[in-house]
Amino acid sequence: MTTAFTPTPSGAHVRAVHDPFHGDLLEISMGPHHPSTHGVFRMMVTLDGENVVKLKPVFGYLHRNHEKLGENTSYLGSMPYTDRLDYFCSMTNNWAYALAVEKLAGQPVPERAEYLRVILAELTRLLNHTCLAGFLLQDTGASGTPLMYAFREREKILDLFEALSGSRMMCNYQRFGGCRIDATPAWLAAVRGIVDGYGAFLDEYEELITGNEILLARTQNVGVLSPALAVSAGITGPMLRAAGVDYDLRKVDGYGLYPRFDFRVPLGAHGDTYDRYMVRMLEMRESIGILRQALAAIPDGPIMDPKAKIRGFRPKPGEAYGRIEGPKGEIGFYLISDGTPNPYRYRVRPPSLINLTVLEDLCLGHTLADAVIILGSIDIVLGEVDR
Amino acid sequence: MLGTGLLKGLAVTAKNFVGSFHDPKRYTTVEYPEQPTKLPENYRNFPFLVFDGEQPIDGLRCVACKICEAECPPQCIYIIPDRDEKGRPTKKPKVFDLDVSVCMSCQICVEVCPFDAIKMDQHFEIATADRFNGLLLHREDLAKSDAYYHSIHPTEAAQVDEILAEAKRKAEAKAKPAAPAAPAAVKPPEPPAPAV
Amino acid sequence: MSPAVWFGEVGASLLAMDWTPAIASKLAPTVFPTGQTESAFAERLPLLLRDAVTGSLPEPWRWLANSLIAIVAIIVIFASLFALLTLAERKILGRVQNRPGPNRTGWGGILQPLADGIKMLTKEDIVPAAADRLLHFLAPVVLLALSIVTFAVIPYGRHLVPVELDAAVLYFFAAGAATELAIFMAGWASRNKYSLLAAMRALAQLISYELPLLLAFVPVVMLAGSLATTGIVAAQGGWLGGVLPHWHVLTPPGFAGFVIFMIAALAESNRSPFDLPEAESELIAGHLTEYSGFKYALFFMAEYLGMCALSGMAVTLFLGGWHAPLAALEFIPSYVWFAVKLLALLLGFIWIRATFPRLRIDQLTRLAWKFLVPLALINLLTGGFWVLTTHWTGGMLVVRWAIALVLVVGPFLALGRQFQARYAPRTYRYA
Repeated sequence: MTTAFTPTPSGAHVRAVHDPFHGDLLEISMGPHHPSTHGVFRMMVTLDGENVVKLKPVFGYLHRNHEKLGENTSYLGSMPYTDRLDYFCSMTNNWAYALAVEKLAGQPVPERAEYLRVILAELTRLLNHTCLAGFLLQDTGASGTPLMYAFREREKILDLFEALSGSRMMCNYQRFGGCRIDATPAWLAAVRGIVDGYGAFLDEYEELITGNEILLARTQNVGVLSPALAVSAGITGPMLRAAGVDYDLRKVDGYGLYPRFDFRVPLGAHGDTYDRYMVRMLEMRESIGILRQALAAIPDGPIMDPKAKIRGFRPKPGEAYGRIEGPKGEIGFYLISDGTPNPYRYRVRPPSLINLTVLEDLCLGHTLADAVIILGSIDIVLGEVDR
Repeated sequence: MLGTGLLKGLAVTAKNFVGSFHDPKRYTTVEYPEQPTKLPENYRNFPFLVFDGEQPIDGLRCVACKICEAECPPQCIYIIPDRDEKGRPTKKPKVFDLDVSVCMSCQICVEVCPFDAIKMDQHFEIATADRFNGLLLHREDLAKSDAYYHSIHPTEAAQVDEILAEAKRKAEAKAKPAAPAAPAAVKPPEPPAPAV
Repeated sequence: MSPAVWFGEVGASLLAMDWTPAIASKLAPTVFPTGQTESAFAERLPLLLRDAVTGSLPEPWRWLANSLIAIVAIIVIFASLFALLTLAERKILGRVQNRPGPNRTGWGGILQPLADGIKMLTKEDIVPAAADRLLHFLAPVVLLALSIVTFAVIPYGRHLVPVELDAAVLYFFAAGAATELAIFMAGWASRNKYSLLAAMRALAQLISYELPLLLAFVPVVMLAGSLATTGIVAAQGGWLGGVLPHWHVLTPPGFAGFVIFMIAALAESNRSPFDLPEAESELIAGHLTEYSGFKYALFFMAEYLGMCALSGMAVTLFLGGWHAPLAALEFIPSYVWFAVKLLALLLGFIWIRATFPRLRIDQLTRLAWKFLVPLALINLLTGGFWVLTTHWTGGMLVVRWAIALVLVVGPFLALGRQFQARYAPRTYRYA
């Protein structure tokens, strides 16, 4: 069937619409209101039978002028907006933004705050990957059960976030030069309890679904991403590692305190949907290891650099790019300061959007049902894609 | 053997089904209006204004300095300072409006307030049938007593009290040598340590 | 007129008046293999109740009233079962997912189906402007009608067979297969691309799964020597030592047939993991996308009735129909046993729905043609072997079981290995 389609230089597959040997093509607008486009994403899908011959992603329905807002508000004022980029991972978004501003202002961070950041980032990774596993299974058609188990565990982490920062998802917790509220020993004990129980949850979850023959058949060899395409498209995060490319900013950049921790980076060999799912499951187990080490080693001390300023924060002119390994990939903030309280330029590198660019390449030749789970395995949040 | 993965999955769901009847870990639902959850102390919702003493409006700590209005990222605060008959500022807000349909509960107003006058509330059942006026809170709606503040954020309120007492002591120490007879002026205390 | 006869008479009169004497005479000497007396009061309670109502009517009107009562009884019982089933499904799904399920309407949510029904009835009925209005209206009606007619031939109890046909099983599957046509009608008439895709999927599914469904029960027909449901149930009567019933599912070909039948029944009733026509994560609601209000409720009702009918047929064919599992438990009326078995199978449907993800359309058809159909064909061989060796005793009995088990398990393992060569859990390396 695919022989009828000749790739054009742009990579888009085009076919004469009235092909006597095939029927007419069916063009479907999936989204922006569709149960499994993860928000208001839209896919213009051209189908031959059930096979995808062309897929055009359409987004921007959730555009909120995020970057321009950032240029019109103070450095601190952008912090709560970063929560709303990828609303699953507000803690890592906060960290990436704080890192960029700290680079810009040359602001040191106390050690306890760095530990807290690592703990929160790894909790965020657990939360995000758990939810992804749930959503992916939901897209595969499991009627809510894996998703509910995932949300059960996610809720525990969100409770931790709420107890620490005051809000479940819109944490707004990191500050330039530290963190906002110190963690009490009771909170750290609660984290320890949840980290200790998380392995058992992952075991149960994997028993429920990972060996499931239907899932294997649905996800293996579906949406194969080649390492070459992944690198040239700028894919980052678990999706890149599932394609077999060893690139983890926690190892590459060694930002924060990550060089102190002992962890491994799981790599896929096929780059298909199953690998993307499994790499995340394995990453969660590594995150549990990092959390254990961080919780054992967290020192006492201040959580805020004494010289850090909340009001009247004006970094000297210059530019900085801060990036971390977010759960979805490299989340980065690029800032140019002109010495005023507002950044001159505020730019976000959203991993969801950049990972989404290969969607058509992954979906071509697969069926509509596959397109749905491929989209699910890319792990997008429209808040971040559209900004 | 083919099918073992399916059977394992069925076993897990069966375990959860049975567990939901006797194991609280497998039955996590809280039936909200009947079973109120305990909010964590740090929980934040929308801001309110703290007043000292008995009079809600007269006792407001807010001096209408408009810092929170300027710093608020979504710009949901609107302040008009009050003036007496001679046109001098009385250091009280005449209008302090907060549009909770715009507010995103980021608590930056709390962090930037030098007077510990605005704090985050925990009352979240604020649904209203009136979309515009019902969600626009005025000075009178926002004013809540210091005792209420202590009841929802005990740890944070105790810290704030210490800071305020410290500032007051300093102000009195400063004021005494200069004019011992003059009543202690309401001087803006030093900004508290950020990130309480 | 003997009470045991009337159902046969009613059924026959429904078909054609002049058949009545033949069939009635054939059924008159109701012989049950167990030799159980039919005088148990509870066993005849439904008939006594009915006779209390219609007993005084003159003969031509009596059978008409009797058959109307039978039809109304089936519709009422299965419609309320449908209502309870939706509630049970949501409750069980909820419990599996660590939540309570609907519990706000009535006592612990017991009135939820009523509330749903009122909601469905009061909702606006929207027909797309471009839709084929007639077919759009007819599809749910046809679907529900075809779902209900399948209930005619299921023996619900010792004396409770609405229509007794010689080829009841064929009638059942013919009517059941036609339901997919109504789904295609709905998908086509909606003028919606999602609905159209769903319609195509429904047809592909029908063609693929009708074959294993039919092949799966052929060994049962061979074992029972009858295509009539009453005959098949009668063949499963009796116990080995009062403990081990002679149900078909307890024989190797019957067991394999039962598994294949249930998989195909899942697909036929469009239930997870084969709910491709209304795959909500892909096709929004498939053929139901453009349906709202009461028509939507009718579709739902038809889906659940179809599920009930297929489960009822599975009970009849494989699980001994209305026979009790132990000889000591025979004092419980036969229709109670039928209900218990039916509910158990329905719970199995719900349990499966709570656990599995959905297959893809090509995998669905591949599963049917490359896995279930070969297994079912081999199972015909097993069934033949089993029928031919009924006289083997003693040591030969062990040989008989061994050969039959090899015939059942061997092909399954061989075909399963083929699958596992393509799809297997992987091991991962670390950087």
